[in-house]
Amino acid sequence: MNSDKFFHSVTLDSEKCKGCINCIKRCPTEAIRVRNGKAHIITQRCIDCGECIRVCPHHAKKATYDPLSVMHQFRYKIALPAPALYGQFNNLDDINIILNALLLMGFDDVYEVSKAAELVSDCTRKMMREGKLPRPIISSACPAVTRLIRVRFPELIDNILPLNAPVELAARLAKKQFSERMQVPVEEIGAIFISPCAAKVTAVKMPLGVEKSHIDAVVAISEVYPKLLPYMKEVDQQTEQELSDSGRIGVSWGNSGGEAAALLNESYLAADGVENVIRVLEDLEDEKFSKLEFVELNACSPGCVGGVLTVENPYVARSKLKRLRKYLPVACNHIAQEIPPDAKFDTPLVFVPVLKLDNDISVAMEKMKEIERITANLQGLDCGSCGAPSCRALAEDVVRGLASEDDCIFKLRRHMHSLVDELAKFDGYIPPPFRLPEDDAGAQESQSY
Amino acid sequence: MDEIMTLTFEVPGDDFTRAGEASSAVKKRLKQLGFDPDTIRRVAIAMYEGEINMVIHANGGDIQVDITPKAIDMRLRDNGPGIENIELAMQEGYSTAPDNVRSLGFGAGMGLPNMKKYTDEMKIESELGVGTTVSMRVLT
Repeated sequence: MNSDKFFHSVTLDSEKCKGCINCIKRCPTEAIRVRNGKAHIITQRCIDCGECIRVCPHHAKKATYDPLSVMHQFRYKIALPAPALYGQFNNLDDINIILNALLLMGFDDVYEVSKAAELVSDCTRKMMREGKLPRPIISSACPAVTRLIRVRFPELIDNILPLNAPVELAARLAKKQFSERMQVPVEEIGAIFISPCAAKVTAVKMPLGVEKSHIDAVVAISEVYPKLLPYMKEVDQQTEQELSDSGRIGVSWGNSGGEAAALLNESYLAADGVENVIRVLEDLEDEKFSKLEFVELNACSPGCVGGVLTVENPYVARSKLKRLRKYLPVACNHIAQEIPPDAKFDTPLVFVPVLKLDNDISVAMEKMKEIERITANLQGLDCGSCGAPSCRALAEDVVRGLASEDDCIFKLRRHMHSLVDELAKFDGYIPPPFRLPEDDAGAQESQSY
Repeated sequence: MDEIMTLTFEVPGDDFTRAGEASSAVKKRLKQLGFDPDTIRRVAIAMYEGEINMVIHANGGDIQVDITPKAIDMRLRDNGPGIENIELAMQEGYSTAPDNVRSLGFGAGMGLPNMKKYTDEMKIESELGVGTTVSMRVLT
């Protein structure tokens, strides 16, 4: 995995960047530094959580994704709408309107991600019954969380549910079924995910757990939303096709707690928001929870409806999902006997120690002693003016050879003060021709200057 | 190999909400130093249990952690009431924790047994009315 080329969805528009410290303070992996007045992302550390996009007052952080026009690159195109999409619209009480509108928009078929989510839930229940996985099982659905664990929580990697996220399974099943039904080659089909999430863009370009993603493009809900509205008005409820095939479980995956509730097991925990997620992971590491079976973690609050590529207020979207699923059956999709191979990880996850100081523990210890020494000499205000998120982070950068202690403006000020003090000593100095005898004692001191 | 890194912590006895901060800080350092995950986990759990004990039973104390590439040594020292019967205290399920901390999920009587389980060496020196010192070693 060290050969990772580190594609990231989160990027910087340096024209807009003012070099302020908002993003560096918020980044959960301390992956941003301000250099030459602009923010820089340390790509090895970035987990694409989107916190910096949310917090940037100048809109300089943005997510890259495919334009909707990408669909024209494929002979046959299948839309994979995330359940979060359903929560974006006012006064909607039928999911079929969205799905029919997607067909009117030019898609040849629609495969709901919520369908695949129900299958993933079914697989998870089965794996939990078999009892072979270490407890508690941690959901693998949020790509930012999986990446966070991979760089910061090595001992929890084995607890990650070795199942593909619903959208990956959806892409595989959608293409297979369309290819069989229409008798067309799979290569000519494009599976296009309509995503609330920037990290999913990365998950497709640089997947974890799978060799190569079967998703061909990721478009943003925020781009699809305004274009879809006119088509939704065109949908005639008399003649619309019955396309939706998801139950409460599938639709609930759009918000935090949905995946966990689908396990029909009381011993679960669901946390959302990246800072809360980190606290839970730290406590998990220390084995502070007993009898916990499943942990659902979402980097966004409250779950995928809070993704950076959505338009509706996340909490409003959650309420709308709740209304939409009210009269749905519990679930519409079930696996046959065995867990389908498409649902499982192809490759195991591996720890990427990007925060490690050195490969040699002895060298790392020397470096850490140096970090402690430098940190103790810094102001401790964590002001960010040096471009690093905290005094300790600056000390680490110094030891890694990426910054200098003099980058600290307090150090600079101290230098200037001592310079001024030095100069001030000349203030009282009177040259010998003007000196009175009683001044002599004091003047002698100054003479050395 | 005589390189050694020493970390010291004061564990305040009057603020239960801060219990566990020292072990969390040590864990963070060990990760950065590149120790293997299992070693870190054992140190973190053993030290956490000990730290909680110091707060629950002994009104705090101090902790010294000596890190070398070969081993992590922890010494947790308090001036608390001391342990009357160490053998009994080491038994799983034996606890003298007060009700207020039990309601937070502590006091299951697994603290000392877990500390022993997760470390390679453990020594308890205790004198009634004077205090307790627990020394633990985790080999890497």
